[in-house]
Amino acid sequence: MTPLLDIQGILAAGRQKTGTKAFHMARLQENGFAVPRTWCIPTPVYEAYLADTGIQDRIGIELNRKAFDRMRWEEIWDVSLRIRNFFLNTPLPGPLEDRLTRVLAAACNDFPVAVRSSAPGEDEKASSFAGLHASFLNVTSSASILTHVRLVWASLFSDAALLYRKELGLSVERSTMAVLIQELIPSDCSGVFFSRNPADSSQMLIEAVWGLNQGLVDGDVDPDRWHLDRGNGRILVHHAPARSYCIQAGTGGVERVSLPLEMADKPSLETVMIDQVREAGCRLESIFGQPQDVEWTFWQGRFYVLQSRAITTSTAADTDDKRTWYLSLHRSYDNLRDLYDKIEHRLIPEMIQAAKDLGRINLSDLTPSDLCAEIDHRQAVYDHWVKVYWADFIPFAHGIRLFGQIYNDAVQPSDPYEFMTLLENTGLKSVRRNTLLEELAECIRTDPGLARTLKDHGTAPPDHLFSRRLDDFIDEFGDLSCTTGTGNECQYGDTAIIRILLAYARRPAKLPVPSDPGALEDAYLRSFAPDRQAYAKDLLHLGRESFRLRDDDNIHLGRIEARLHEAIQEGQARLSGPESEQEDLLCLTKIPALDAGAMAASGTAQNTEAGDQDAVYDRWFQARQIVGHPAGQGIARGTARVIRDPRDLTGFTEGEVLICQGVDPNMTFVIPLAAAVVEERGGMLIHGAIIAREYGLPCVTGADRILEYIRTGDRVTVDGYLGIVTCETDPV
Amino acid sequence: MESMDALTLFNTIRDLIDSQRLAVLCTQKDGHPYASLVAVAATPELDRIIFLTPVTTRKYDNLLACPNAAFLVNNSENRSEDIYQAAAVTATGTVTDVTDSEKLVLKTLYLKRHPHLASFAAAPTTALVCVKISRYFLVNRFQNVFELKVKP
Repeated sequence: MTPLLDIQGILAAGRQKTGTKAFHMARLQENGFAVPRTWCIPTPVYEAYLADTGIQDRIGIELNRKAFDRMRWEEIWDVSLRIRNFFLNTPLPGPLEDRLTRVLAAACNDFPVAVRSSAPGEDEKASSFAGLHASFLNVTSSASILTHVRLVWASLFSDAALLYRKELGLSVERSTMAVLIQELIPSDCSGVFFSRNPADSSQMLIEAVWGLNQGLVDGDVDPDRWHLDRGNGRILVHHAPARSYCIQAGTGGVERVSLPLEMADKPSLETVMIDQVREAGCRLESIFGQPQDVEWTFWQGRFYVLQSRAITTSTAADTDDKRTWYLSLHRSYDNLRDLYDKIEHRLIPEMIQAAKDLGRINLSDLTPSDLCAEIDHRQAVYDHWVKVYWADFIPFAHGIRLFGQIYNDAVQPSDPYEFMTLLENTGLKSVRRNTLLEELAECIRTDPGLARTLKDHGTAPPDHLFSRRLDDFIDEFGDLSCTTGTGNECQYGDTAIIRILLAYARRPAKLPVPSDPGALEDAYLRSFAPDRQAYAKDLLHLGRESFRLRDDDNIHLGRIEARLHEAIQEGQARLSGPESEQEDLLCLTKIPALDAGAMAASGTAQNTEAGDQDAVYDRWFQARQIVGHPAGQGIARGTARVIRDPRDLTGFTEGEVLICQGVDPNMTFVIPLAAAVVEERGGMLIHGAIIAREYGLPCVTGADRILEYIRTGDRVTVDGYLGIVTCETDPV
Repeated sequence: MESMDALTLFNTIRDLIDSQRLAVLCTQKDGHPYASLVAVAATPELDRIIFLTPVTTRKYDNLLACPNAAFLVNNSENRSEDIYQAAAVTATGTVTDVTDSEKLVLKTLYLKRHPHLASFAAAPTTALVCVKISRYFLVNRFQNVFELKVKP
């Protein structure tokens, strides 16, 4: 088959080989609409590439390493990233590349193009994959077009596409992809038209922005929005946004530019243009026989249709799978920059201040009713910051993903996680906390008298330098007891932290492994043109801040949570004290966390669960080897310490292998004591993996059901190169 | 992967062995390893695996010298997908003597599984070898390994 089809070739080849998007473009031109010059690389080219290069087998291994429905969104992203790197690092077979280069040079070598996905099944009524597959604008030269064709192919396995295909019951392995290549229309203004408003079937809807459509599609530019009567086309209402920016073709892609005042003050469409969009959209609905979602643009007074597809009637967004929400958090560079400013300059300082303000109150001085009010207040403050965490901090973590993808596109490394080297050792707060712990431990190591006193009495003389430094530490990070207690009550005092410090002091100091990313950073920056250097540096900065804050925000939130627990603990002390019968203490019993019956039941349930697990454990059955994902290189052997409950952390000793569902950043002070880290949760970017790598520890994540198979005391070997955890069993 | 416990593992192993007619038998003598393809049958409790062999074979000679043996049963189909789709089970154990009455029961079990080997079984130079299994190792999804000890 010809590897590059023109409009006539697309019509002749049919929808199955050219995909819905390309086929519709051909139909549009056939029906007299102005469309950009269009070509299509049909699906057999993709299939030949997969078979000839062997990529399909590698994809199969990635997709089947773990049951898909057991993967968390972070693991889905990791799978997607690795598959994308296969495509990035695997050129087209020579003869195919030569042939495509020739025909592309003849067709579209002297103007920029858009390279867009056109998968069979995409853009159909029941399975719109809008936004799940990749499109690239402003691509020039045959070589660059072919690179972007591979990236469009790779987007068949984008994280969101993987998840939606599962939800829609489509086969991942048997999916195929055609690629649409269109002349890029520079665009004075652009938008979308829904011939039936998805939110109100009596209306039509037009959204329009100045410049290219990309800003609208990515959600970076607020559009003008017109609601029209579906019966007579009359404008019902116009929502005018604050117009500040538009997206235009720039060096190597698109860029956000400020709008001149005269454009910012004016709607992006005039009435006559609205009529033109509406008439075209209604005609498209009659051609395709169902309501359409149309992308269009105006340039130099001419109206072009860029795409027309059926309005989706059901998507995975209808499901209650939380992973869908996570994967919807893709953020553009501009969006993340705005979010960074908000987090770094407003939210984090506010969080620190909130924890400080709460800490100023002396709880023991409060009357019972004031204590009740204080607990309520602290709960409200904590709840507020949890909401902020989900709304702003979690989405900002996607800055790591954005940097990773752009790094991989620019550098094309064989290791898809090479970019992590540029993000690590950037001063995580949890690493600073652990370094201070090491300094305190060093005081104990070098002062046998102090070591004896701490061991025997659990505390040091108040005038000892150690005590003053410990106070400073607790002032900044808390006494760590909330994360080693039951979670409901902090063991207030120095007990927990002294136990941890004694464990630190029993072994030589362990500090983060220094790295020198200078050469990598140079290679990264060199891969950008001189006029893109500022962007590349800014993106690296954004990635580093995203990486740092991903961990730090939990530490800050943990401080606020600790203040809440302090107040709850004060309430517990009053309720169990000699004045517990006083009437004004009654308000305390109404606080859920202080409901004595519920607390007792909760404690019993936890203990029973742990006990039963041991009782039913069948020694005739044993997991010998469990595969997860390699998340920190190295190999280590040790005794397993399985953390099912925060209290399990207190017994953690040097050289044990930390095995847990997921490491909370507030728990990572035990990591310098560990020989290796294994997490049931998956992903390269989860907290345990991040800290393990900082300390150069072997780490395996996504070890499915490992808590069911391994007990504290089992001897295990952790292979952080292959992602394998091996349990020692009797010799064969 | 599905949650694995002793019963699930037992059933998975039994299904895999039941789905295959042949197994690779591993033997050794004087430190020299040897592998053979044999038609096997397992008892319902999976505590024994049996096979037939001419008494003149190297494997038989090896087992006389060293009764320890291992079997490998797998469902690969010589396709690239095997690497993540195929499962394999290794059984380890020791050749054990059986009484005549047990031999009759075991031979019946064996021929029910491999009826076309009836004349081979009837030959006076064919031996029925019974290996008492001590442990099974199931491998799936490329590298996940579970171990099942057979209760003595």
